[in-house]
Amino acid sequence: MASITFKHVEKTYPGNVTVVPDLNLEIKDKEFVILVGPSGCGKSTTLRMIAGLEDITSGELYIGDRVVNDVAPKDRNIAMVFQNYALYPHMTVYKNIAFGLMQAKVPKDEIDRRVHEAAKALDLEHLLNRKPKALSGGQRQRVALGRAMVRNPAVFLLDEPLSNLDAKLRTAMRAEISRLHKRLQTTFVYVTHDQTEAMTMGDRIVVMKNGIIQQNDTPQTLYDRPCNLFVAGFIGSPQMNFMDAVIAKKGDAYTAQVCGNTIPLAPSMDKKALAAYVGKTVVLGIRPEDVEAVGSGERHDLEAKIEIAELMGAEINLHLDCQGNKLVVRAPSTYAGREGDVGALRLKTEKIHLFDKETEVAIAH
Amino acid sequence: MKSASLERSRTMSKVLTYAALILGTVIMIFPFVWMILTSLKSVPESMKIPPTIFPAELIVSNFSDAVASLPFGHLYLNTALMVFFRVVCAIAFSSMAGYAFAKLQFRGKGLLFGIVLVQMSLPSQIFIIPQYQMVAKMGMANTVFALVFPGIVSAFGVFFLRQTYLGIPTEIGEAAYLDGCNQWQTFYKVMFPLTGTSVAALTIFTAVFAYGDLMWPLVVNSDLQMMTLSSGLATLRGQFSTNFPVLMAGSLLAMLPMVILYLIFQRQFIEGIASTGGK
Repeated sequence: MASITFKHVEKTYPGNVTVVPDLNLEIKDKEFVILVGPSGCGKSTTLRMIAGLEDITSGELYIGDRVVNDVAPKDRNIAMVFQNYALYPHMTVYKNIAFGLMQAKVPKDEIDRRVHEAAKALDLEHLLNRKPKALSGGQRQRVALGRAMVRNPAVFLLDEPLSNLDAKLRTAMRAEISRLHKRLQTTFVYVTHDQTEAMTMGDRIVVMKNGIIQQNDTPQTLYDRPCNLFVAGFIGSPQMNFMDAVIAKKGDAYTAQVCGNTIPLAPSMDKKALAAYVGKTVVLGIRPEDVEAVGSGERHDLEAKIEIAELMGAEINLHLDCQGNKLVVRAPSTYAGREGDVGALRLKTEKIHLFDKETEVAIAH
Repeated sequence: MKSASLERSRTMSKVLTYAALILGTVIMIFPFVWMILTSLKSVPESMKIPPTIFPAELIVSNFSDAVASLPFGHLYLNTALMVFFRVVCAIAFSSMAGYAFAKLQFRGKGLLFGIVLVQMSLPSQIFIIPQYQMVAKMGMANTVFALVFPGIVSAFGVFFLRQTYLGIPTEIGEAAYLDGCNQWQTFYKVMFPLTGTSVAALTIFTAVFAYGDLMWPLVVNSDLQMMTLSSGLATLRGQFSTNFPVLMAGSLLAMLPMVILYLIFQRQFIEGIASTGGK
């Protein structure tokens, strides 16, 4: 049983710098949870508190049903993979993987068995006698994973483990870590600032900003129903488009006035919430893939000047200017419009998100 | 046309570079050659003005005279023990202190490290009197311990190894901590083995400095049997006259072990000195 529970946890560094003011979070046993957020948001500090590398200023941290505030890292039954791998350069791969077990005085043949088992699972068997400097980045990362695996920890902590790898290897290692989680059936806590990693790997994503949890939900919910402007902008690549809009009501239906155009809002939106904003300016958010670039003769909601057209292969990312509002639209590669042209845009109204301009909290989706 | 002039200027710069290097080499090697030549001259010839370069007659007996006038066996042994213990102490204590200053958090760290820096920036001569008083009070003058005493702690070593430890990622120590190491095990099982090149450089610096140290051994050990090679050789200088050929022969004998060691560890020696530039 390796659930992790933060109860009113605070972390303040000397000099009165509070990084995590009041963290309440529950991570279930065997769950793969991603802590995501920009640099300095407190995600790594949170992970390091679980590892025991940072003292907790106040509050309680549970692993299972045991308070571990004052428990040494080696007694927490956790293993950690660092961003820069932190392999021991003077030891061979074998010794790197075995070191923790040797420290725990595990019998030699048991160490040997476990090291070979991990090496086989991570395709490291032929590298056991090499030193880290003779390995590629991906191999080093696998050694770091192996070192964590052999200890059969109840909790795996991973601190931006893929950031030092190139894009291709990162994709491969993402899949490998996901497979590892499925095979080991233990709790994984993974820190990243890369929203793609967050979206593809986790059962649940915790988005943090300034040490405060902004939203804690499944990747799909986070994507479809971001709770505020920060989460909406952080999750998704290219990021969500934001434009100022004025809410109006015509009979029973609501509309949004954007760049001088009237856009009908989906009837599925929360009417009660919208009613309070009639005549007010709100922030309208829509993801690049939810805006269609159509021919000028077709029905469209907005017109915008194409500033840059980035050919991505299967599609084109159009960077547009709509009366000062900067938009990004994902169009098929067959789209004829090019830089300098005026593009006609049709919004998928059921995919529109509205946010309060002051509080930045979501009004309706 | 252009390429010919470019070629000419390249050759010219090469010639100038080599000329400068050869001149530098000659200047550096001249005292050593002069010492060898003087050690084979007679006393009158060694003082002749203008001096002769090559000895008119090879006087090999200068070497036997040097051996007869100094207890070389003792001098070699004392020097070897002093160098050995100073190196061991410098490595042991500088590594521990350097690690602590680089990786541990404790109250007064900044102040203590400031004191180390101050000690490093002061000339070592000002410590001679208090250090002598300490050794004398312990009743340890004229012993090997007295020779080693000022080298037990090396401010330079602490500073040098602190810089090395600062260059080792903190995560390596944290990984060791998670692997179950306590602070001491993290130091000696994981961190210390990573400082090999710097420790080798410190070994060479300490050994060379200790070998050439004259002032302290001369002050603390007045008994000829307890002297080092450098202080023993200094006794060959008379107040009114000096037998330079014998002194040079003795100096050559004193240099022998260091030359042999240098030839064996030439690569490490050069790497060690080169590494100090990169840190």
